[in-house]
Amino acid sequence: MISIALMFAFACFGLGLLFCLWRITVGPDVSDRILALDTMVINLIALLVLYGIWKGTAVYFEASMLVAMVGFVSTVAYCRFVLRGDIIE
Amino acid sequence: MNGQEAAVVVNDPSLIIIALLPFIGALLPGMMIRAGRNACAIFTALPTVLSLIMLLLLAPSVMAGQIITVELSWLPQLGLSVAFFLDGLGLLFAAMILGVGLLITLYARFYLSGDDPMGQFYTYLLLFQGAMLGIVLSDNILLLLIFWELTSLSSFLLIGYWKHLPEGRQGARMALAVTAAGGLAMIGGMLILGEIAGSYKLTDILAAGEAIRASDWYMPALILILLGAFTKSAQFPFHFWLPHAMAAPTPVSAYLHSATMVKAGVFLMARMWPVLAGTEAWFYIVTTTGLVTMVLGALIALFKDDLKALLAFSTVSHLGLLTMLLGFGTPMAAVVAVFHIINHLTFKAALFMTAGIIDHEAHTRDIKRLGGLRTLMPVTFVLGTIAALSMAGIPLLNGFLSKEMMLEEASHTDWAGSPWALPVLATLGALLSVAYSFRFIVHVFFGRVREDYPHKPHDPPFGLWIAPALLVGLVVLIGILPHVAEPLVRVAAGAVTGGTLPEFHLKIWHGITPALYMSVIAVLAGAALLAAHRPLDRAWIAAPRPEAKAIFDGLVGGAVGLSRWVTQRTHDGAMSRYLAIFVGSTTLLGYLAWRGGGMPPQTREMLPVPPLVLVGWVLLLVAAGSMALMHRNRFRSLVVMGVIGLTISVGFVYLSAPDLALTQISVETVTIMLLLLALHYMPKASPVESSAGRRIRDGVIAIAGGAGVGALALMFLLRDTPTISDYHLANSYEGGGGTNVVNVILVDFRGYDTYGEIIVLGIAGLIIYAVMEALLNGPAARKLRNTDYSLDRSRDRHPLMMVIATRVMMPIAILVGVYIFLRGHNQPGGGFVAGLVVSIALLMQYMASGFAWTQSRQKIEYHAMIGWGVVIAGLTGAGAWLGGKPFLTSGYDYFHFPPIEEFELATAMLFDLGVFLAVLGAVMLMLYSLSRIARYAGETVNREPMDYDPSADRTTRTTKEQE
Repeated sequence: MISIALMFAFACFGLGLLFCLWRITVGPDVSDRILALDTMVINLIALLVLYGIWKGTAVYFEASMLVAMVGFVSTVAYCRFVLRGDIIE
Repeated sequence: MNGQEAAVVVNDPSLIIIALLPFIGALLPGMMIRAGRNACAIFTALPTVLSLIMLLLLAPSVMAGQIITVELSWLPQLGLSVAFFLDGLGLLFAAMILGVGLLITLYARFYLSGDDPMGQFYTYLLLFQGAMLGIVLSDNILLLLIFWELTSLSSFLLIGYWKHLPEGRQGARMALAVTAAGGLAMIGGMLILGEIAGSYKLTDILAAGEAIRASDWYMPALILILLGAFTKSAQFPFHFWLPHAMAAPTPVSAYLHSATMVKAGVFLMARMWPVLAGTEAWFYIVTTTGLVTMVLGALIALFKDDLKALLAFSTVSHLGLLTMLLGFGTPMAAVVAVFHIINHLTFKAALFMTAGIIDHEAHTRDIKRLGGLRTLMPVTFVLGTIAALSMAGIPLLNGFLSKEMMLEEASHTDWAGSPWALPVLATLGALLSVAYSFRFIVHVFFGRVREDYPHKPHDPPFGLWIAPALLVGLVVLIGILPHVAEPLVRVAAGAVTGGTLPEFHLKIWHGITPALYMSVIAVLAGAALLAAHRPLDRAWIAAPRPEAKAIFDGLVGGAVGLSRWVTQRTHDGAMSRYLAIFVGSTTLLGYLAWRGGGMPPQTREMLPVPPLVLVGWVLLLVAAGSMALMHRNRFRSLVVMGVIGLTISVGFVYLSAPDLALTQISVETVTIMLLLLALHYMPKASPVESSAGRRIRDGVIAIAGGAGVGALALMFLLRDTPTISDYHLANSYEGGGGTNVVNVILVDFRGYDTYGEIIVLGIAGLIIYAVMEALLNGPAARKLRNTDYSLDRSRDRHPLMMVIATRVMMPIAILVGVYIFLRGHNQPGGGFVAGLVVSIALLMQYMASGFAWTQSRQKIEYHAMIGWGVVIAGLTGAGAWLGGKPFLTSGYDYFHFPPIEEFELATAMLFDLGVFLAVLGAVMLMLYSLSRIARYAGETVNREPMDYDPSADRTTRTTKEQE
């Protein structure tokens, strides 16, 4: 049962990644792209966790945690750049 | 090789000290000059005297036929060892180098004026002396080559000592170019010799003479080695550098061009004589070159007006004579060569010093402005005349003896079937030599006293003439009692020939021989030539001659032009050009290697592609493609870069490299932040600069390169190849005490690399800081100040939400950093990632509350942090020495302190701490440097952590209420 659920989740997030890629490529706006990138980060975190469940190990959990922690920082940096220009004032 | 077999080999380590003393001593003069010029000279003489005494202590056993050796292993894999040996030839040269070096030290003390930096001079002199000594004592040809190059370099310093004179600089450059080029050729020759003999030990090579002469590689080796020797010893057509080197102070000329530098080539020919001599090729190349040089040098010397130039060409001529004698290839000629080496040294050094004295006292060395010095400078007159008469080969002086013996040898040597060629030309050389020697005496000292000297000359102080006087004493002593020099000549010549010496005795009277007639002819005709000097000189000046310096400058100019052309074609400063050349040639070479075949068969099957991996692949492909297409919009390409970085780090996780994934994601974040910081002050779009054709060309190159790398990776992945990873996996726990192989590689197996890398990272951080400093003091700062960045900005400068979020995140992030750091040795993590994580945590604070607010709340200098990182890592590495292990060997043990569980501590953790600090410091310093721009751009500084702080309002309210 769990493997079917995992498969389904993998498929969803994989598709999600492709959709995000579409947004990043075509835009049309900078904010669309930043949002898509951020969503991509979240999707990848989810995929890492799913993969850890699939393999039955905790190693990937840590990686996903780190991605979560720093992934948001670059999103903030992109946003600050768009809003204020200088990211550290 | 009977003599060598019979020789007793004795091991004596003092030889190393003899050879190294001048180098150690070279440190002294530079410091002692502060104690005065006398102290400086004395401390220069000290190592020389010590070396000389130790050499003389060894001398009796060498004279008794022993060979003294010592060997320390240096790079045994290359066949390079610090091996010295002292035989007769080495003893002769070492004694000459040290003895004359001592006299030169004394002479230079009085010669150099107060304006000349004497400490520098003596340091160069000792360096040169050490290099020369190394050449004559080396028992390993690779070591010999090292010293050979050192003489070229140190003589460059000496010749160019008077840096303010263009002639000095040009002469030094020319000498370096010619002798170093010859040295390069000699390296090739020596390597060939070593290959043939199967050993780089000189004594082995000397014993393998038969095999070397029989080898097919004999000719290339001979020519290359002779190129080295001929350039060093100023043989035609490489003779031109020597006269130009006369721009050096006279003590340098006297040392380099009588006893040492130029004799190095002769020494080498003598040293290699048992191996290379005795063949037709040797005879014709060496003898002919020597003969031509001898006659030509003497001819030019006769018409030189500069005293030192006259002596320089006479030196060229005498070196030619020595070369010719060695070229004869007979043992007796070798004996004569050795004897003449001694004699030439004594009279030529004395003559150079005399010329220096005249220059020093009369302020000119132009013969046409001198004359009549006999009465004004009686001491100098006596010394100069005796030395010059010896050079002319007048009986009862030592020059006569060896010149007579040379003529004797020439008189019974055939050249290309002609019995007359050599004797006639040798007599001609001797004749010219007599003429210029007499000219030195007559035109300088005789004639009437003039009124128009630039400076009224008189005899110099004792210190200046004692050195040449001692040498002239030797000239007379050997001239009258030649047998005193006989033992030394015998043992040195024995070493040259390898033991088989003919019966000979050095004596004044040989009877009525052909050589005597030749001598008489030479003296009489030489005197006649001098009498006719005036018209001849006019003819000489009028005659067109090739000017060596112009030819040399032309050659150098051509070479410079050519290299500049090549450089401009290939290294024109455009990155795209470099990359095109590099990628293009690498791809081509890879293709050629692949075409060459030898590919092992495929041993692995292609793996199936899971759909999710395909998605990742599409992500990478599209992102990379759109990066190429939209890179002109710089911000958008940064966003796309984020996609690539993310996908790669997740890919690392998938491919079981969690360490890499952690590192990649952190590096990615920090890079994006730094790039964004910089981008703010730069144009937001790259202009189109290249034509469509060019872009297509670049695209083709890029695709070819990428496809090449991809193909290479595929080829490797489809085959089982032994890799170094197996070793790392097997030894990680045993040797490094960690189960995380990646970390053990970083801190232990490849600790040196990591150590170097953190230093480089630190340097990069500091350079960014320094560059920014320069930038902000330049015109860029003015542009920044005048640009308005306030347009289209959001009002939210430091949003409340963000400030609070980052504050909450901070302790968590730091804890994650500490956690990753501590467990790094056994599980994914380590100092590098931890440093990045902590710096990201700090960067968040800077972003949220602004630079000024955050900076005022941290007390650590980032420069210092980098420094401490490197120091801690270095000390940890050095700590291994205490345990008697090599640098950076890690140790580890298990500890148990209740109530904590047993845990492991490894020194690698300390090393990792160094890495951590260096990384953190470097990243923060880069941020700090980039943020400084903002303040120059006129940005206001915030004192408050956030735009609107509700708690701050409340505190003000409460304080107000309290009031």
